Amino acid sequence: MLSTIALFISRAVVQGIPLLFGSTGEIITEKSGHLNLGIPGVMYVGAVSGVIGAFFYEKNAAGDLNPFLAVVIPLLSSLLGSLVMSMIYGFLTITLRANQNVTGLALTTFGVGIGNFFGGSLATLYGQGGALSLKATSDVFKRSLPFAGKLGAVGQIFFSYGFMAYLAILVAVVVTIVLRRTRVGLNLRAVGESPATADAAGINVTRYKYGAVGIGGMIAGLGGLYFIMDYTCGVWSNGGFGDRGWLAIALVIFAIWNPDIGILGSVLFGGLYVVYLFIPGLGRSSQELFKMLPYVVTLLVLIVTSLRKKRETQPPMSLGLSYFREDR
Amino acid sequence: MSKKLREPLFHIAKRTGIPAWKAWLIRGATIVAALVVCALFVVMVTDLNPLEVYKAMFSGAFGTTRKIWGTAQNTALLLCISLAVTPAFKMRFWNIGAEGQVIAGCIATTACMILFGNKVPSALLILIMAVASVAAGVIWAIIPAIFKATWNTNETLFTLMMNYIAIQFASFLCTVWENPAGSAHIGVINSATKNGWFPDLFGQKYLVNILIVAVLTIAMYVYLKYSKHGYEIAVVGESQNTARYVGMNVKKIIIRTMALSGAICGVAGLIIVGGTDHTLSPESARGHGFTAIMVSWLAKFNPIMMIVTSLLIIFLQRGASQIAQQFRLNEAIADILTGIILFFIIGCEFFIHYEIKRTHKEG
Repeated sequence: MLSTIALFISRAVVQGIPLLFGSTGEIITEKSGHLNLGIPGVMYVGAVSGVIGAFFYEKNAAGDLNPFLAVVIPLLSSLLGSLVMSMIYGFLTITLRANQNVTGLALTTFGVGIGNFFGGSLATLYGQGGALSLKATSDVFKRSLPFAGKLGAVGQIFFSYGFMAYLAILVAVVVTIVLRRTRVGLNLRAVGESPATADAAGINVTRYKYGAVGIGGMIAGLGGLYFIMDYTCGVWSNGGFGDRGWLAIALVIFAIWNPDIGILGSVLFGGLYVVYLFIPGLGRSSQELFKMLPYVVTLLVLIVTSLRKKRETQPPMSLGLSYFREDR
Repeated sequence: MSKKLREPLFHIAKRTGIPAWKAWLIRGATIVAALVVCALFVVMVTDLNPLEVYKAMFSGAFGTTRKIWGTAQNTALLLCISLAVTPAFKMRFWNIGAEGQVIAGCIATTACMILFGNKVPSALLILIMAVASVAAGVIWAIIPAIFKATWNTNETLFTLMMNYIAIQFASFLCTVWENPAGSAHIGVINSATKNGWFPDLFGQKYLVNILIVAVLTIAMYVYLKYSKHGYEIAVVGESQNTARYVGMNVKKIIIRTMALSGAICGVAGLIIVGGTDHTLSPESARGHGFTAIMVSWLAKFNPIMMIVTSLLIIFLQRGASQIAQQFRLNEAIADILTGIILFFIIGCEFFIHYEIKRTHKEG
């Protein structure tokens, strides 16, 4: 029984970490007043650029992988890929003041296309049976602490993950502290609530917006990389990432724009995603209903927060609106 | 203050107005520029002659009579969903839940076809399907509208969640009604009797679909431009306070408009299941619910212009799948090209609404 629970929790965490990266990134972006519906696309690109980096490194290293480079190269290429994506979004919505919903949806179309095109082409050119496997790199990413296996259930629940899972939690905690306790965080929240007021107070609105969109995008992209390197053990398959990007956006609402709540929320969402595997006697049809639960729960949170009208639990005031200084 | 303030070389100002021909000239030039960039991209990754690629795209969309009909029917479907989201957008109600509303319509239609399939004559069945699908679309759209109108719940996020609830419900039903057992697919419904299928018109399978959408397009144009409702939608979109000041019931207008949006999405669901696929899948809406948002926005919410913009998107998709086949590329190239063209068109609106001026040196 205990081992089943430990297995369930560890599976839930592995499912939840990509969502945590995605939602932490999206929270930073939304705090600057930009609803980036392109996050699913950004996560696809984050995944595929990591895959491309890892692929070329594995090819050059020819079986003799340096563990440090095997981690750093995919990580950097993933960050670069998602930065380019979020800068496209940033340039269109911040500088050119385009509609955020339309730009975000276009970015998702574009990003999913980039992911499936390059990932799929690599797989057909070099992979076996239409799938590309980067097992060597993935093994380095998945390396857990050596004593994890000896600690039984505790080891499985807390220490059985690759380093990126801890990175996700660390990032979420740091972002929470920065948003709540520092001058930079206060300024960023001011920009998201009322850019005109922030501007009048001498905050460089444009710089904060670009910073938030860029950093948020890079963090979200790591979620895609984690999914490929840890969850699928380095195997790229087209469309494998599924609707997890949208689930990450749902998690932002569920966490009421707090990355620390997002940590718990991501495990909960991950658990809802896999719980059908652990309940005996469920048919395939009820599994689909269980996959609906994260969205239903999010919807309930959205409704309850809007009914209570507490100021702390509302979306950033200027979310979705572009800012032009000369507008009144 | 020892630091000298540098005067920026340029500054941005809002245009007071721009002649329509100039705006369309900018848009036209943008599309040409976007096509050039797309060609560059294709050449960079594939080493193909871009002219050959565009020729292949053209033949993929319009090469044979059959392909033209396919393009027309796909365009009609995308246009239908774009018409559905338009009144809500004009009101600045960000309904990104068209995908879910269409699926709701699909589900209702499928349910009628399966449950009443062999009990009532086909004509009556189609009538029942129409009523059910419109009702389902309305219900799926009106829930977020009520919450928005009453408690100001964020409609973008609400409708986004409703999409995935509907999609998951569709995959649930696919396993409930699966045929053959274990496939998780419903398969073609009533394939022997063709009960509930739209009839062929002049020997054309999709003509009924296209006619329905054509009527809807004209009706929506008239509704938005010449009716009292259309005027109210425009006022609420510009300023809710103004609308309240002149005595409009904003709450009622929001709910009514979203109901209309959902009803047309329901019709789209009816067209998909009754007139095209004759089956249900979680991908029945084909992502058109999201694409429609871009189609409607690109056309500046003008139903007649939407014919052009939806044709452009469908042309890209069908053309790209043709080049994918012909040159053995990955199908996903369609999404990349669509993305590039959308970025350009989205970006060009800036140059229509704002102008960049040289800052004059003083003194």
